[in-house]
Amino acid sequence: MSFDLNFIGILIGAIMASSVPLILAASGELITERSGVLNLGVEGMMIIGAISGFALMVVTDNLFFAVIGSMVSGLILSLIFGLLTQSLLTNHVATGLALTIFGIGMSAMIGKNFVGIPGKEFPLLFLNLKESIPFLGPIFFGHSIILYFAFGLPFLTNYFLKKTKTGLIIRAVGDSPTSASNQGINVTLVRYSCILYGGAMCGLAGAYLSLIYTPQWIENMTGGRGWIALALVVFATWSPIKVLIGALIFGGITILQLHMQAVGLRIPVQLLSALPYIMTIIVLVVISRDSRKIKLNTPTSLGQIFYKEK
Amino acid sequence: MEVQLIKIEKRNDLSRSIYFLTPVLAIFLTLFGGGIIFYILGFNPIEALKFFFITPISDLYGLSELLVKATPLCLIAIGLSFCFKSNNWNIGAEGQLIFGGIVGGGVALLFYNHDGFYVLPIIILSGAIGGMLFAMIPAILKTYFNTNEILVSLMLVYVAKLLLDYLVVGPWSNPEGFNFPETRQFSESARMPILFGGLRIHAGIFITLITVFLSWLILYKTYLGFQIKVSGLSLKTAKYAGYKGKTMIIIVFMISGACAGLAGVGEITGPIGQLHRNISPDYGFTAIIVAFLGRLNPVGIIFASLIVALTYLGAETAQIFLQVPKYTGQVFQGMILFFLLGSDYLLFFKIKFLGLKKNEF
Repeated sequence: MSFDLNFIGILIGAIMASSVPLILAASGELITERSGVLNLGVEGMMIIGAISGFALMVVTDNLFFAVIGSMVSGLILSLIFGLLTQSLLTNHVATGLALTIFGIGMSAMIGKNFVGIPGKEFPLLFLNLKESIPFLGPIFFGHSIILYFAFGLPFLTNYFLKKTKTGLIIRAVGDSPTSASNQGINVTLVRYSCILYGGAMCGLAGAYLSLIYTPQWIENMTGGRGWIALALVVFATWSPIKVLIGALIFGGITILQLHMQAVGLRIPVQLLSALPYIMTIIVLVVISRDSRKIKLNTPTSLGQIFYKEK
Repeated sequence: MEVQLIKIEKRNDLSRSIYFLTPVLAIFLTLFGGGIIFYILGFNPIEALKFFFITPISDLYGLSELLVKATPLCLIAIGLSFCFKSNNWNIGAEGQLIFGGIVGGGVALLFYNHDGFYVLPIIILSGAIGGMLFAMIPAILKTYFNTNEILVSLMLVYVAKLLLDYLVVGPWSNPEGFNFPETRQFSESARMPILFGGLRIHAGIFITLITVFLSWLILYKTYLGFQIKVSGLSLKTAKYAGYKGKTMIIIVFMISGACAGLAGVGEITGPIGQLHRNISPDYGFTAIIVAFLGRLNPVGIIFASLIVALTYLGAETAQIFLQVPKYTGQVFQGMILFFLLGSDYLLFFKIKFLGLKKNEF
């Protein structure tokens, strides 16, 4: 029986690992959206993060540089988005879409020479504890430092948004940029910062995929995770803690699907793969039906262009 | 020290000439940006751009291929222009294209042993209906459950892709096909007529042209088109005027979905001739760029579809001659949209030069 228990522990550990990129990207995007900016470029920033992290790992042979580099490259891509939407006042939806298309193309161009190169082993912490404690060991130990960071991030984000002055400013900018601006807050600056932070987190999410989760470079390896992260933010009604829960549910479906395939259940693989997407739609319907509930949490100015006569 | 003082003002008058000139500016900036990227990657930029934009259309076959690629792009973008004009963000045209392809392909397999003039029209019609029904999902969810159409239409793209995958691997796979993930080849009566022997350009182009004409008629000559435009400019005005907002949302999604479905069915009965996993190289997403580049205007979209189709061909040629991945086309597509949106700044704001002033700092 103890073997079974340990297996469940390993399963939970795997679910946690597969939810990490979703938590990172969604937490970043959550801050961006809280400031009133809708960046649909998550997928593009993630894939750029994935390739730059991997490429830097191969070139410098240093994982620290790789991780930092992936965040910087996500940030650079989000800077393009910031310049366009904040300084040139372009439409958020179209710009974000362009960012994703550009990011996927660019990553394939950069990644041309990195296809088929094996990745490096990323150090995992507390490996001995993972082996020695049954059930709880594989859940809590033997993960990379990025996983621990990812699981702390939603709580940090929650504290930051609700208890700090900066968090309050971000929410104010998202809910009413005009009043915030009249209070002397530089709306554009706040939004720029939130966009850049979101970009860095998406870059990190991509690096997790190419350095730790499947340590290699494959074209289009994010495979729609960026879009799921976007859906997660809505799913969580812009609450960081619910992002964590949602990411675990989606991670759970991904892992469950792999195991059901392995066990040989007679359910088409494609139906299982489609489940996260169908789930997102159902959840969206459930939470959006009550317009008061969604209005209570939605940043009021989300996706709207803010222009101040200078 | 003297500095030039500038002031940025909102334009009250929308300049029509700039409105249609900025796309051209965006294309030139994209060529320039692309040249820089090629230079950084170690290619001769002029040479690389030549491989990308001139070599592919320097013969008759290339020109025919350009039209083959522009046909679905133009068709989808025309449909999307209805949605975008009325502020409905249908970004799942790719899913509607695939679903239309699935329905049309299913009918084509059903009529596998039939010969007759009626087969192709039935297939085309069922493809359009398939795309239309698929697009109605985000529309109905938006109107009755207040759901975000961007996310729903996008999630459905993946659902459609996986459904197609399931069908071509499983129940619809070719019984004599050695387990390849593809269906039978459709019969001759289910294929789009080829216009010129030896080239791939097919009758689907007429469907596109007719759709362009019809959409121009609807957008500019009917009450519905007027309602669509007013709702896009100001939802409050539309409500005040008493337009039935919900019905209109569903109608624009239906038009858009039907166009995408038609594009899907045109692909499978035209150049492809069967169903397999990759019936569309992301035409549904690229068409969003086409719609914007064409300024949501039927004629503009025709030109835009030709230009964007060229990025597809260019990527293929560059893949052969420069060994760059085929995704390079997307770099150009993304850049076009960046530059286009960015140069719109000139449209809504004017930069005033206030003359030289002494810098007092």
